[in-house]
Amino acid sequence: MPSHPKSLFEKIWSSHVIEDLGDGRSVIHIDRHVIQESSCRISFDGLRELNLPVRNRDLTFGVIDHSVATMPGRTADSFPPTRYRIVAMQENCRDFGIRLFDLDDPRQGIEHVVAPELGITLPGCTLVCSDSHTPTNGGLGAWSWGVGTTEARHVLANQCMTVSKPKTMRVTFSGALQPHVYAKDLILHLIGSHGMTTGVGYTVEYAGPVIRSLPIEARMTICNMSIEFGARSGMCAVDDTTIEYVAGRPYAPKGSQWDQAVASWQDLSSDDDAVFDAELSVDCSKVAPQVTWGTSPHDAMGIDGHVPDPATFGDSDKRAGVARALSYLDLKPGQPLEGIPVDYAFIGSCTNARLSDLEAAAAVVRGRKVASGVRALIVPGSTMVKRAAEAAGLDKIFVDAGFEWRESGCSMCVGSNGDSVPPGKRCVSTSNRNYENRQGRGARTHLASPAMVAAAAVTGHLTDVRKLGGGVV
Amino acid sequence: MEIFTRVCGTAVPHLVPNITTDSLAPGHWNRDHPNDPGGGLFWNQRHDKDGNLLPDFPLNMPRYKDARILIAGANFGCGSSRETAIWAVLGVGIRCVIAPSFSEIYPESAFQNGLLCVVLPADEVTALAARIEAMDQPSLCIDLRSKTVEDGETVVATFEIAEDRRTAMLEGLDQTMILRRKEDAIAAFQAADAQRRPWIYELPSD
Repeated sequence: MPSHPKSLFEKIWSSHVIEDLGDGRSVIHIDRHVIQESSCRISFDGLRELNLPVRNRDLTFGVIDHSVATMPGRTADSFPPTRYRIVAMQENCRDFGIRLFDLDDPRQGIEHVVAPELGITLPGCTLVCSDSHTPTNGGLGAWSWGVGTTEARHVLANQCMTVSKPKTMRVTFSGALQPHVYAKDLILHLIGSHGMTTGVGYTVEYAGPVIRSLPIEARMTICNMSIEFGARSGMCAVDDTTIEYVAGRPYAPKGSQWDQAVASWQDLSSDDDAVFDAELSVDCSKVAPQVTWGTSPHDAMGIDGHVPDPATFGDSDKRAGVARALSYLDLKPGQPLEGIPVDYAFIGSCTNARLSDLEAAAAVVRGRKVASGVRALIVPGSTMVKRAAEAAGLDKIFVDAGFEWRESGCSMCVGSNGDSVPPGKRCVSTSNRNYENRQGRGARTHLASPAMVAAAAVTGHLTDVRKLGGGVV
Repeated sequence: MEIFTRVCGTAVPHLVPNITTDSLAPGHWNRDHPNDPGGGLFWNQRHDKDGNLLPDFPLNMPRYKDARILIAGANFGCGSSRETAIWAVLGVGIRCVIAPSFSEIYPESAFQNGLLCVVLPADEVTALAARIEAMDQPSLCIDLRSKTVEDGETVVATFEIAEDRRTAMLEGLDQTMILRRKEDAIAAFQAADAQRRPWIYELPSD
């Protein structure tokens, strides 16, 4: 008997239900829990108040990323305002018996970079973290989502949480990618085309021939910004690329368990006849390198575009919002995006700080210099990424060009560790949020891919990387 | 979780859509004032660049002083999952946010903390804000027992909430302990799952 065709998400959901509460919500088992120092201090305080241990310490992994300084030679003391968070994390992980990838650990880095590269994230697993960019892990066919501090406490204590079953959406990417167009451009284009609330209530499967052709790191970039699309989770089906990526990673299964796991992962794609609650498609051949012009991630368009005129928006809320954004960013209606001068260039964050991102940036930077007056930073996504980039000589390309080559952390994406953009300064950034005041009070942010940020860093203004030339990776 | 039964008090309208958790709880404030989340609420919107209070921002207006209810725009609480954005709202004394829609993560964390998120149709939210703006004393009551929004004796709106969540808020039940009562089911799930997917539970040693 053929069974009812299922989506990838439905397969993962149904294999993790501990109890169906009967109203669309279920108690879901959490296979992997990643915790970070900026949000989980209070979770541990709550456990202490309730006199509870961590239920499954082996399934819990601690990282230090949001608050840590990134200058060369940094320690927990390098940025005093966040020292209390780092010390609390070290003490909590020690007291509760949780493994911690501490600052001096070669495995240190941003949670959503570290979990996949260490094999903590596995196809078909559930993974939560008290961070909204947790869907990054969906690039490996995992169902992963961000939780709050109190929900993290529930998971620490019980290894499960109550979840409303999301609706399913599939976004099919087809068509040939233009040169210098990357995963970041595809997800910015999707959000720019459909808005920041289209994904609310859905789990999104990114599918189609373009996704299949992308390496895992690029799939993770797309899944990473699910939350900017409104969705709490996003994922890609498992294929040979996925399994090749996971093989041999430190926490990946070994020996006969590996064979058993790979056999079970073969089923981790949506059945041919699976029905989704919503379907969208993207013709990638029409996507230019993207850049944001406003203060919401959906304010994205091709670099060959012009700053929109608020008067052209029919909706009064939108008109007011666009006018406010242009005032905050000091942009004029109709101004070409190309040529807008920048003061800062930031290549980093859980969106775009993996090795392939640094390779794409280096291909543009090679043989060029950072423009006069621009401060340019490279903050690798993990210490392992940093070491791999150094082994490939990328650090030399960046340093010779005038970039700062820094230690790993969230850095200027969230601006809590001392790395921030001063008031009124303009930053082109590979991160995920261009909100007012996000990168520093009064900071002006333009989101783009690593290649586009590298191009702006060397010219001193927003630049169409296709015209600049340089290596295509 | 603080119990929520009936909350009466000043209601403040702020109908801007897509309010981010970054604006409810700015990162720099969270970092530097871990014991005063309320002080950071809308910090960047409430102050000018020199740190002076902006008199036109609704929460700074004398008529909305000590607000207990916030009437907000669509997609409230989008962006970061930071729970400080719940504690900031509670920190100034607000116990209920009414909006046409919320992000996904925000109301989940709000519930865990006894902050009631009420979804009403957009036209009802707009009408409610207009009603408040017309009042000399801008005040409403929210009754979770009857699931009503009241202006004096008049019920101006009714809302829905999952029954177990309503009970949990009325009684102040903590979800960690509710899940803990399911320990037998959790243990049974893991035992069966470990047969099916041993690699999830048997991790290679460090």
